[in-house]
Amino acid sequence: MTQVSRRRLLGFAGAGVALAGAGAAAGAGLDHALSGPEAHAAPDLVPFHGVHQAGIVTPTQEHLHFAALDVTTKDRAKLVSLLRKWTDAARRMTGGQEVVPNGAVGGSAAAPPGDTGEALDLPAASLTLTIGFGPSLFDDRFGLADRRPPALADLPAFPKDNLDPARSGGDLCIQACANDPQVAVHAVRNLVRLGFGTTEVRWSQLGFGRSASTSRSQVTPRNLFGFKDGTNNLKAEDTDALAQHVWVAPGDGPDWMAGGSYLVTRRIRMHIETWDRSPLREQEQIVGRTKGTGAPLGQSAEFDPVDLHVGGANGEPLVPADAHIRLASAENLNGVRILRRGYNFVDGSDGVGHLEAGLFFICFNRDPRTQFVPMQKVLSAKDAMMEYLEHTGSALFAVPPGVTETGYWGESLFG
Amino acid sequence: MTLRKTPLVVAGSAALLALSACSGGDQKAAAGGPITVEATDTACTVSATTANAGNLSFEVTNKGTKVTEFYLYAQGDRIMGEVENIAPGLTRKLTIEVPDAGTYQTACKPGMSGDGIRGAFTVTGGAGRKTDTNTQLADATKSYATYVASQSDALLTETQKFADAVKSGNVADAKARYAPTRTYYERIEPVAEKFGELDPAIDVREADLEEGQQFTGFHRLEKDLWVTGLQPDSGQIADKLVTDVTTLVNQAKTIQLSALDLANGAKGLLDEVATGKITGEEETFSHTDLWDFQANLDGSKAAIQSLRPVLQERDPQLVSEVDIQVKNVQTLLDKQRSGDGFKYYTELTQDQIREFASAVDALGEPLSKVAEVVAQ
Repeated sequence: MTQVSRRRLLGFAGAGVALAGAGAAAGAGLDHALSGPEAHAAPDLVPFHGVHQAGIVTPTQEHLHFAALDVTTKDRAKLVSLLRKWTDAARRMTGGQEVVPNGAVGGSAAAPPGDTGEALDLPAASLTLTIGFGPSLFDDRFGLADRRPPALADLPAFPKDNLDPARSGGDLCIQACANDPQVAVHAVRNLVRLGFGTTEVRWSQLGFGRSASTSRSQVTPRNLFGFKDGTNNLKAEDTDALAQHVWVAPGDGPDWMAGGSYLVTRRIRMHIETWDRSPLREQEQIVGRTKGTGAPLGQSAEFDPVDLHVGGANGEPLVPADAHIRLASAENLNGVRILRRGYNFVDGSDGVGHLEAGLFFICFNRDPRTQFVPMQKVLSAKDAMMEYLEHTGSALFAVPPGVTETGYWGESLFG
Repeated sequence: MTLRKTPLVVAGSAALLALSACSGGDQKAAAGGPITVEATDTACTVSATTANAGNLSFEVTNKGTKVTEFYLYAQGDRIMGEVENIAPGLTRKLTIEVPDAGTYQTACKPGMSGDGIRGAFTVTGGAGRKTDTNTQLADATKSYATYVASQSDALLTETQKFADAVKSGNVADAKARYAPTRTYYERIEPVAEKFGELDPAIDVREADLEEGQQFTGFHRLEKDLWVTGLQPDSGQIADKLVTDVTTLVNQAKTIQLSALDLANGAKGLLDEVATGKITGEEETFSHTDLWDFQANLDGSKAAIQSLRPVLQERDPQLVSEVDIQVKNVQTLLDKQRSGDGFKYYTELTQDQIREFASAVDALGEPLSKVAEVVAQ
């Protein structure tokens, strides 16, 4: 694969790089109206512009850096100006370029460089940047109180929650996903830098090893419990299902959200030490799948449809009543589905001899009130897996629609 | 705190105990993919009538006009696997583990009633498996049942006294009785958890409440005694606690436990310590977590004690490792004794908590290997 390095990218837009391997852009091409120079995307470039923001149905990249920020200014114009600056920087960085031309080393020797430099010589690595607005942004500071979508209702407390306020909430979020962790961190770092005086970081999370596939072109990855996770996920190729479950339609709420989606994050600590001491059979009964192939219990292959009505010894259901896949299934939830896009994390250790490991759960849905919330209520209350899980962080964001080539992030809200 | 355990299927535990050569159902049963079953209103055509022991896959297609079911029966019509509600025209799959050679029967049930259309089915090979009937294991479950009964009786007596103290408004007495009373519950918690709704009614933590679920039981009274002061309905809550504990005790005395239950219970109690007591989450108002910790350890030791003759014979090294680690945890606990009980969780330093966590992990590892030894 030809790698587009930032050094060789000067004047990239006119370079006319041929579209190599449509498969590499599968998913991206489906929901991004390609036009202009973007149509000549190199394999590791994901188009930034489109009807929807990138980073939602884009085939899930390997690494994540997610940041939630609070707005520190009370000046609406300053906030809008930052959103414009961020959009310009995101356009460049997702195109494999520096934040500003010659930013890292080409500027004045007496001035701090305009780009922090750690992504010099690195490819774009399929970087996507996705922005969202939290419920707390819609107060009286910027005159947005009456623009708050009803679907952006604060999440309720779920049974067994153990949330740390310092890891929850936020006025804004930036989701950076890339196949190179340094590229994702570089992007967040530079956007945060542009925001000093206007925004401050509230919390941030690194993730590795995507824990879900969002395209049929990807194999199903494994979570830190060692199980395939996301077999039944919505996929980029399921355009009808995406329209039904992920994208906000005109008339769903305020017009500014049409083409957007709602993003829920949950930082889920996994008690991997006690999990690792459970017998294989118990692990499989908790998940509802075999650990090897990922086949649903009672079936023989990973993608066999889950059948909740098959029984084993004495007619006991082969997928137990409290198994994760049963409770989370659309059948059990009156047809509710969500698009999952989470990542594994290991944030060092917890000070008492255990790895601070888990799943940084990310999902996109059309209306959390009817999708994520009822699903999580059932799982928190009944999921056998909860014995090994602890939800330590939580946030909700309205993800505005995509950006045009001359527009900026959130223009439909602020414009 | 309520933890989930592997569901108890007493009659079917023979199947749960099976140790087959394959791991987790990932191997094809007989060569050549699934056994197809063509079900009509009058026939049940099975493509093969013999298979090797292990994972068997059936693919059932309903070519009739009535909704049908498919069963694989062992002798005496014991269900090995079933698929219900197969609508006309549909194909459904079923993969089940059949570890034992023997004579079985397939059955289609057009109209989902009656004995169905039967056919003989033979399973060959299979690992000769010991059942739970050998004397040592039976003795183990018997001796543990005795332990459960004695703890249950004490639990009921002490709960009554605790409830009386609450109802008479004697806060100091109720507080003093709270942790020692809970000890009897925490020792047999894996047994208590087998009774669905009783365990949460008695032992739910406020943080774990579901929407619309009433906060009852020990922890509700804990909050009344330590935080809010006695409430107008504290007496009713105390009465309900006695009622629930009485029901639990009656059920606990009749429960049929398998040796595997004992082994998993011993491990489960340690998991309780690791996720609830080490963190101070269980007794968040009274901070009497160390009493629970000691009780969980007691219960774990009792289960291992019952299994000791079997373990000693099958894996003496594992037994001595468990003994060493149990002693280590007990030594740490003994250091935190205070009067008749223990120090409060809030009096522990971060270093002491880390030491506990480390010792519990060290014990958890060998304990997690006990079940496999028992299942041999």
